[in-house]
Amino acid sequence: MERVPILKIGGVLLVSIQIDLQDQSVLALQEDLAEKISTTGAHGVVIDISAVEIVDSFIGRMFATIASISQLFDADTVVVGMRPAVAITLVELGLTLGGVRTALDLERGMKILRVLGEQRRGPSSDEDADPLRALL
Amino acid sequence: MPITEDGDVVRVRQLARNYAQQVALSLVDQTKLVTATSELARNTLIYGGGGVAHIEIVADGRRRGVRASFRDEGPGIPDVSLALADGWSSGKGLGLGLSGARRLVDEFDLDTEVGRGTSVTVVKWKR
Repeated sequence: MERVPILKIGGVLLVSIQIDLQDQSVLALQEDLAEKISTTGAHGVVIDISAVEIVDSFIGRMFATIASISQLFDADTVVVGMRPAVAITLVELGLTLGGVRTALDLERGMKILRVLGEQRRGPSSDEDADPLRALL
Repeated sequence: MPITEDGDVVRVRQLARNYAQQVALSLVDQTKLVTATSELARNTLIYGGGGVAHIEIVADGRRRGVRASFRDEGPGIPDVSLALADGWSSGKGLGLGLSGARRLVDEFDLDTEVGRGTSVTVVKWKR
């Protein structure tokens, strides 16, 4: 089973899914993320699915589960980079992903997390004032 | 190909994608077909206790498409109309697998018998 790596950028955990997810990898990712959020105290999680060719009900449910888990640790989740064909298929499949925040791309996703973080905790610390800067 | 473990669901998806590209389905239709096969392969594994998938290219006159069949010898489905209803689940999923897969394809055929097993065949045609 392949594991999906979790990267930390400032106060945000970045999960970029680059593999064809099998169910065991999905379950492992949920556990790894819960562990990582609790140990790092991250205030946000970005799940980048720009390389994901299909989202079926199992993978879709993972987004909702991760969003619920991270909420328990006072962290927000944003799913970014969904392909148009995936979006059309999800709607037809009947998966609404209610409660899961989405953004067009990584940059917007990071921005949403920063705004949400500031709303809930006041202005953020220097470290995650601009998580994208850490990338550049 | 056999469906006996998690990784087989991924292999079914890859095979379906491969055939969908061979008949030049649009990207959206490829994605719909592959998503449907993923749902059905998982059903075969989880509810049917494993089984067999068969994926092939089919032709109807000049029209071409991809047919995917899934067969298991599991417990069967006692109430088909209930199993096809949106949101109904035997408890392990979201209840979208069967009904959702049906919406994603052009033809959907379900044959099930309690105690004998379930067979589902779907077809997606090139438009």
